[in-house]
Amino acid sequence: MAENRHKSLGLSDDEVLDMFRTMLLARKIDERMWLLNRAGKIPFVISCQGQEAAQVGASYALDRQKDYALPYYRDMGVVLAFGMTAKDLMLSGFAKAEDPNSGGRQMPGHFGQKKNRIVTGSSPVTTQVPHAVGIALAGKMENKDFVSFVTFGEGSSNQGDFHEGANFAGVHKLPVIFMVENNKYAISVPVSKQLACEKVSDRAIGYGMPGHTVDGNDPLAVYEVVKEAAERGRSGKGPTLIEAVSYRLTPHSSDDDDRTYRERGEVDEAKKKDSILTFAQYLREQGVLTEDKEEELNKELDQIVNEATDYAENAVYAEAESALNFVYEE
Amino acid sequence: MAVISYIQAVTQALKEEMQRDEKVFVLGEDVGKRGGVFRATDGLYEEFGEARVLDTPLAESAIAGVGIGAAMYGLRPVAEMQFADFIMPAVNQIISEAAKTRYRSNNDWSVPMTIRAPYGGGVHGALYHSQSVEAVFANQPGLKIVMPSTPYDVKGLLKASIRDNDPVLFFEHKRAYRLIKGEVPDEDYTLPIGKADIKREGTDITVITYGLCVHFALQAAEKLAEEGIDAHILDLRTVYPLDKEAIIEAAAKTGKVLLVTEDNKEGGIISEVSAIISENCLFDLDAPVKRLAGPDIPSMPYAPTMEKYFMMNPDKVEKAMRDLAEF
Ligand SMILES: Cc1ncc(C[n+]2csc(CCOP(=O)(O)OP(=O)(O)O)c2C)c(N)n1
Ligand SMILES: [Mg+2]
Repeated sequence: MAENRHKSLGLSDDEVLDMFRTMLLARKIDERMWLLNRAGKIPFVISCQGQEAAQVGASYALDRQKDYALPYYRDMGVVLAFGMTAKDLMLSGFAKAEDPNSGGRQMPGHFGQKKNRIVTGSSPVTTQVPHAVGIALAGKMENKDFVSFVTFGEGSSNQGDFHEGANFAGVHKLPVIFMVENNKYAISVPVSKQLACEKVSDRAIGYGMPGHTVDGNDPLAVYEVVKEAAERGRSGKGPTLIEAVSYRLTPHSSDDDDRTYRERGEVDEAKKKDSILTFAQYLREQGVLTEDKEEELNKELDQIVNEATDYAENAVYAEAESALNFVYEE
Repeated sequence: MAVISYIQAVTQALKEEMQRDEKVFVLGEDVGKRGGVFRATDGLYEEFGEARVLDTPLAESAIAGVGIGAAMYGLRPVAEMQFADFIMPAVNQIISEAAKTRYRSNNDWSVPMTIRAPYGGGVHGALYHSQSVEAVFANQPGLKIVMPSTPYDVKGLLKASIRDNDPVLFFEHKRAYRLIKGEVPDEDYTLPIGKADIKREGTDITVITYGLCVHFALQAAEKLAEEGIDAHILDLRTVYPLDKEAIIEAAAKTGKVLLVTEDNKEGGIISEVSAIISENCLFDLDAPVKRLAGPDIPSMPYAPTMEKYFMMNPDKVEKAMRDLAEF
C-alpha cells in the first residue's frame, strides 16, 4: 500500500474525502456549464478544469471561517470551499437575479460573496492583488489574525499590480498568500513567452518573501505549503508566494479554440495527471474511497448539479430597470 | 470663526476625522514623517503614528488598490496622490475597481475611500505638475469628484468625502494651498457633495466655474461691477455628478452664460455643463453659451511665456465676461 500522506499532514480520512468531494463538485458543475453553453443556454463558460486540486488543497489549508479569499475567474474550487453553493454558481451561469456574486450583472467566474468573505472581482486581470494586500493591512491595523488569500494566473503575474502589491505586502510584512495557478498558458501564449525567469516563484525574492513551486495536481502538496504560509502570515512574518503548476485542460473559455495553438498530444498527456483521477486513485489506495462511497458520491453530486441547474434555469432575471440601481449608496 | 489657508483646511479636516473615527487613516508617498511634499498631512504622523499615517512604496496603483482593499474590509482610507498628474498609473484601480465595486457586486461590497490629489497650474510645474485631470474620471458613474475653491468648502467637503460610503476623488488646487485664505467655523461641519454654491449673486451674466477659477471670476466681477455689469457666479464644487438643478437655475437667471475652466477646452467638465444648459434652457438664453478654457495642447509648458499663455487668470476671465455682457 502506498504511503499515507494525509495523516502526516494532520488531515483525517473524512477531511481528505471532503476535499475530494469539493474538487469533484467543481468539476461536475464546470462540465455541466459547458454542456449548457454548447446547448445555447448560457452564453459563456470559463473553466476550473485541471486546477481543482490547487484550489481546494489551498482553501482547506486556510481558516474558512475568518480568512479572506480573492479568487480569479477559474477558482470554482476556492469559492465552493469558502461556502458558495452549486445553486449560487448556476444562478451566476444563467445570469439570474438571485446570483449572489452580482445579481446577473457580471459574467460567470466573477466571484464575490461578502458573507463568505469572497471579495468581488472584475475582468481586468490582477487588480485583486492590491485589494488582498489592503485587506491584510486592515486586518493588521485592527489586530486581527486572518490571512488574505489571492490567486491569479501565471500570465497575470506580469501585471504591475502583482509586483506593486507583492512589494507592498513584503515591505509591511502583511499576512497575504499570493498563489499563482500556473496552467502553462495565458489564452494561447505559453509560459516560455511570459516569464523571463524560470519559475514564477523566482519573483518572490524581489519582494522579500519566500517563494515555493509545488505540484498543482497534488492537493496535499498544495495544502502543505499553504498551511505553512498561513501560519507564517498569522504569526506576523509576512507574505508568501506560491506557484501551483498544473495544466489547463479546456480551451481558455467557451469562446476559444485551443486546437489552433497546442497539440492534442500535449493535452492528452496532461489528462493522465488530472487530479480528479490521481487523487481518487490515492484515496482508493488508502481505503478512504471505496467503490460504494464513490458511487454514492457521484450520485449525490449529480443530483446537486441537476437541482442547481433546474433551479437556476427557472429562476427570474433581474428587472431591466434595476440596471440603474446601486451605482452609489441608496 | 478662524481665518485659515486652503491647505490648513485640508490638514484640519484630516486631523479631525482621524480623531473622530479610528477607521480613518492616511496613505501615500511622503505623507508620514515629511508630512507630505505640500505639507497637507503636517503633524498627523506625530499625532496618530506611522500605522495610521502610512508611507507607502512609490507605486500609485498599489496606493489606490491597497486603499480599495482596506475600504472593502471596512476602513476609511484617505489616499494621497502626490500630484494629480501621477494618478495615471492608478487609473485602472480607480475606474475598473473603485467605481464599479458596489455596482458589480449588486450592493454587496463598497469602497468608502477618498483619494486626494493636488492639481492645477500657475506654479511653474510644467507638463507633469500642472494638469487638471478631472475630465478623465468625469464619465465614470460610481465615482464622485469634488473640487473646492475656498477653505470653508475644502474642510466641509473633505469631511463629507471621508464619511461618504462611495469613492470620492478630491482635487485640491495646489496654487490655492497658500494663496487662498478664508473663514472656517470652529465647530464640526460638513457640506453636501453634489451641490453647487452661489458665490456671488448677480443679474446680468452668469459665470459657472470651479476650483481656483472661482477666485478669478470673483475678482473680475468686482471690476466689472464698477462698469455696471453685475455677475452671478456659480461654483460647481462637485464636478461629477453635476448639480443640474443649480446649473439650470443659474443659467436661466441671466440668460447669458460663461463657463470657465483651466483644463483644456474640448471634452471637459464645462462641455457637459454646456450640454445641460442647451438641453434645458433654450428659451431662457439671450446669447450663445461661451466657454473659456485652456488651449487644446497636451499640458502646460514650463517657460513663463507659454505657461502664462495656457493658464487662466482674472484678466482673461474679465475680458470674456465683458464680451458676453455686451453681446
Ligand atoms: C488587463 C487584462 N488584459 C487582458 C485580458 C484578457 N485576458 C483574459 S484572461 C487572459 C489570459 C490570462 O492568463 P493567465 O494569467 O495565465 O490565467 P489563466 O487564464 O491561464 O488561468 C487574457 C489575456 C484581461 N482580462 N485583462
Ligand atoms: Mg495561465
